Amino acid sequence: MNQADPLVLPTAARAAEPLHVARGTRRPTAEPAPVRWLLIAAATLYLGLFLVLPLAAVFTQALQHGVAGYLAAVTEPAARDAIRLTLLTAAIVVPLNTLFGLAAAWAIARFRFAGRGLLRAAIPLPLAVSPVIAGLIFVLLLGARGPLGPWLADRGWPVIFAPPGVVIATLFVTLPLVAGELLPLLEALGAEEEEEAAVLLGAGGWAVFWRVTLPNIKWGLLNGLILCNARAMGEFGAVSVVSGHVRGLTNTIPLHVEVLYNEYRFTDAFAVASLLTLLALVTLLVKHLAGEHTVAEPGAPRAGREAP
Amino acid sequence: MSLRAYSVLPGFGPALGFTLLYLTLLVLLPLAMLALRAAGLSWEQFWATVTAPRALAAYRLSFGAALVSSLVNVAWGLLVAWVLVRYDFPGRRVLDALVDLPFALPTAVAGIALTALYAPEGWVGRLLALAGVQAAFTPLGVVVALTFIGLPFVVRTVQPVLAALEPELEEAAATLGADRWQTFWRMVWPALVPALLTGFALACARTLGEYGSVVFIAGNLPLQTEIAPLLILIKLEQYDYPGAAALATVMLGASFLLLRVVHLLQRWSRVHDEPS
Repeated sequence: MNQADPLVLPTAARAAEPLHVARGTRRPTAEPAPVRWLLIAAATLYLGLFLVLPLAAVFTQALQHGVAGYLAAVTEPAARDAIRLTLLTAAIVVPLNTLFGLAAAWAIARFRFAGRGLLRAAIPLPLAVSPVIAGLIFVLLLGARGPLGPWLADRGWPVIFAPPGVVIATLFVTLPLVAGELLPLLEALGAEEEEEAAVLLGAGGWAVFWRVTLPNIKWGLLNGLILCNARAMGEFGAVSVVSGHVRGLTNTIPLHVEVLYNEYRFTDAFAVASLLTLLALVTLLVKHLAGEHTVAEPGAPRAGREAP
Repeated sequence: MSLRAYSVLPGFGPALGFTLLYLTLLVLLPLAMLALRAAGLSWEQFWATVTAPRALAAYRLSFGAALVSSLVNVAWGLLVAWVLVRYDFPGRRVLDALVDLPFALPTAVAGIALTALYAPEGWVGRLLALAGVQAAFTPLGVVVALTFIGLPFVVRTVQPVLAALEPELEEAAATLGADRWQTFWRMVWPALVPALLTGFALACARTLGEYGSVVFIAGNLPLQTEIAPLLILIKLEQYDYPGAAALATVMLGASFLLLRVVHLLQRWSRVHDEPS
């Protein structure tokens, strides 16, 4: 989209261009080399301490009992049940929140209506709610002592301390993630003209979406999907509150990690945790690749996209 | 008069209808339930619950550690953003991509990994023990976990602002005789302040209610190393629903207030960006 235009070079590219400075002199807008290397070393040290070391710790701890011990830990029946519930949860949560994200972004970015600002402000709310409180509100609403609890119990549909509770709590905590990626993208694109032209030329609603809107937002959508999936598979606090830790029934992978850890089976806990760590690394890779396709002009407002 | 401006685009009704229904069932109704439960207490009961010594200690730890860790991340986040935007060095792209790790790594995994590192016999804990410092199972451990969780926010809010700064400004300052330090303080720093404040508020909002990464490293002793979300969970497990709801209401109020601050900061920085 943003191919190099010889007249309007992006700021970053322009800044990287060397000025005509005599060899050996420093550009007046650059720091002296020792300062530069000191700053780079300090930043690398900080990121190494807080990001690289925890990753290294997970994998070295996971392999303390060798490859055989590792494989045994991730394939035992309790681990398999946890993996199954986590995959099932993600398979329900990600499509539903994607549908919500598309609907919300379309309504808010493409139409002007009363209450639009309020609606826009309400979507990120779940990100500001503590995971424990996210679990708590569903226990209060759907638990045995909540207004809907007895009614659900009479029909034999337990929700709290059962898999549906896990799914609902996960839906809540991941709700804003796809919408949060798509909304700023759709607003910044300003492609209404293309969409309006398609409508005036006789395209139906679905044709406009599939052939005009979707190609423009596909990388942002992928980004939202992968973030939503990572959070859905990794959510701990909210799921912990509603699950009741029923082994083989309501334990997801993160809850299984906690159970193993509290039983002092540290190596097994880290082995199972390494599965989630690999998922996180794949997520970062896809996010990085998707990001390279969605970078508009430098300085486009990207701040706060993955934040509340 | 219509409640919405005319548009030729299709799908407004179904899209808005689904959005409102989904948001009401999953977010608004459950949050209203919390307020309802807390309202079941009289004002005196509510006040006694949220100002009990154990509750106050938990709030102090949660708010204090969120504040300290976010301040740490403001300082180091500015440095990291500067280095990632301004300098090229081997491994820059990998480090840049890794900054988002705390978003992607499940909090429970972060919790056990940090505990393993900072425990007295862990890689970092052993070094700290030489200096006579214990991090794991103390309030310092809570700060360490929250620093990890809040790390991306300042970096990711400052990075785009730094990248968009016009190099001409700094060139002009240099031409007029300013040294690098003067240029930074007088030209670059003022432009970064709104982004730094936004990142700080976002990190506070995220770390305030954090649970998963903290419970493993915190020690969880009442009055000492017990965070507010854990106390809510304990009340819930004792079937003290109104008590849990009261504590949660206070935390939620603080979070929403922070979210409001972020919103205002973002509007403020947009006004600043506008070329006059």
